[in-house]
Amino acid sequence: MATEFHNLQELRHSASLANKVFIQRDYSEGTTCRFQTKFPSELESRIERKLFEDTVKTLNNYYTEAEKIGGQSYLEGCLACSTAYLIFLCMETRYEKVLKKISKYIQEQNEKIFAPRGLLITDPIERGMRVIEISIYEDRGSSGSSSGSSSVSGSTAR
Amino acid sequence: MHLGVSESMRECEYSQISTRNSTPMETPYKKRTPKRRKWESFPGRNKFYCNGRLMMAKQTGVFYLTLVLILVTCGLFFTFDCPFLALELTPVIPVIGGVLFMFVLGTLLRTSFSDPGVLPRATPDEAADLEKQIDVANGSTGYRPPPRTKEVVINGQTVKLKYCFTCKIFRPPRASHCSLCDNCVERFDHHCPWVGNCVGRRNYRFFYMFILSLSFLTIFIFSFVITHIILRSHRSGFLKALKDSPASVLEVVVCFFSVWSIVGLSGFHTYLISSNQTTNEDIKGSWSSKRGKDNYNPYSHGNIFTNCCAALCGPLPPSLIDRRGFIQSGMPQLAPPTNGITMYGATQSQQSHMAAATPLLQQQSSDPVILTASTENGGPLPGRTSLNLGGPCTSLPLGQPTPPTSTPSLSCHEASDMLPIHGHSHAHNHGHTLQEPMAHHHFLTPEEVPSPPGMLPCGSPMGHSHTMQAGFYNPASQDSLHEDSVRGLVKLSSV
Repeated sequence: MATEFHNLQELRHSASLANKVFIQRDYSEGTTCRFQTKFPSELESRIERKLFEDTVKTLNNYYTEAEKIGGQSYLEGCLACSTAYLIFLCMETRYEKVLKKISKYIQEQNEKIFAPRGLLITDPIERGMRVIEISIYEDRGSSGSSSGSSSVSGSTAR
Repeated sequence: MHLGVSESMRECEYSQISTRNSTPMETPYKKRTPKRRKWESFPGRNKFYCNGRLMMAKQTGVFYLTLVLILVTCGLFFTFDCPFLALELTPVIPVIGGVLFMFVLGTLLRTSFSDPGVLPRATPDEAADLEKQIDVANGSTGYRPPPRTKEVVINGQTVKLKYCFTCKIFRPPRASHCSLCDNCVERFDHHCPWVGNCVGRRNYRFFYMFILSLSFLTIFIFSFVITHIILRSHRSGFLKALKDSPASVLEVVVCFFSVWSIVGLSGFHTYLISSNQTTNEDIKGSWSSKRGKDNYNPYSHGNIFTNCCAALCGPLPPSLIDRRGFIQSGMPQLAPPTNGITMYGATQSQQSHMAAATPLLQQQSSDPVILTASTENGGPLPGRTSLNLGGPCTSLPLGQPTPPTSTPSLSCHEASDMLPIHGHSHAHNHGHTLQEPMAHHHFLTPEEVPSPPGMLPCGSPMGHSHTMQAGFYNPASQDSLHEDSVRGLVKLSSV
């Protein structure tokens, strides 16, 4: 395995690397967090459109849930205010709870759906909620793998 | 066959994903630098305290003045006036005063020390991706890309999203770049020197509670000090009363001047909250009906009550900048600000479509150019990026921000001077101050992009990456990042 990593790394430097696709935010409904569900053409050969769209839609639903303004959020806000926000030393905000759910979901999706297809989704929170970064790994005949996690497809070039 | 390949791919991937620390690639890079936290190399002009837990703007002098004024006035009140009032009237007075004082202090500190909603700058990959899309869309061969904007329709209103040259992102609606802090801030209201921080999405409610409670406190102290003096005067004459309690005079003076400004400001912000606008938008008149009959605020929820609740009791998003996270050694640093022309690795010819969601994208130009973004070091470079700019670049951070980022710092005082404020009258006063910076701003966008030869000196300090054709940074650098994200490790800071 170790030698394989080294080989991959060398290959990575000399040959063309994997690519990254960025799914941008969809601001058509205001400033709430939503990502565009438009299917990027680079993923056409990699993953079924429906799977991709389902993933993005689920993520959008999670974010909508986190930012929902309703009874529960008001209650939380008032409780927090009345305890001078000290309550958050003990308890998580609803937003943080949903973010944890999202991380788990992304991890699951990566394991079940994306990694087998040579793709990896990066949690949007790591990118400041600006984009969903999907790393595309190349199908390399010789090594059999596009580097798995370690590479980073630094380049946009391909 | 393909399945077989993906099988092995999956296995490789899984094994690589799960082996975190033992990857041989990481070790050569780790041994050099000790673990630093991300706040230490934060690209904006902020100050951090308590190992990244607290963050403030660079200039904090006025904040200390605010603190001193509040502490001294309240201190004098509790020491000199309260004993008399507690005896003569009721002991409830100092209690209420105490509660108000604690509330004011708490909200002030919370406003000053929390992250206002800073948007982290784009990673080199993202920046390059966006640049490509913009270049492709404009079809320009070069040297003077037109101003970068994207239009989006929100609730029936067309909103222009501007491209931030410093942060290399398209700013979300309502976000603005603060020139003082050199950050893009979500739902940017204004930069308040009195609290020593920007006021944005994450600390607006604390700011509002601060000025509201401070209004009550000021009125409270003012009225009770007057009462105190009057009661004393009844006993021993006005002048003697003043001599007996000299502190009261100081308190009255401070409170008198504060009342006008603070109460005015509270009124103004109450209006803003109820109409769901930011100071920025109000000053620019973005949603004013004077601009057009169909101009309305697309973010408003429709009624005052919902707007207020949403602003004050809505969910508080976590900080997007992971201040206390550790920098992974060899991790890619943020793309430094450029003049609008970015250059890319030369191996781009094959890439045909980058569909990453913007409607602008079509064909990619295959002009090979040199990469300017990227570093191989861990910490130092981002700190340097704001400094190592050549001539053309230095105009950027200054010229870049939108006008209201500078004027609202005045609005803290000015708006409040005009009593009773209802948000519209001062717009005229600010109107003309906007003209110049506005013109300057529009001016700058095409102007700030010089021709490449002029740009090279700027690009060269960062240009060592052009030797790396294919990669921005060491592949190993992303390992842990990807592993973290795959594993669902999310680092959030609570403040």
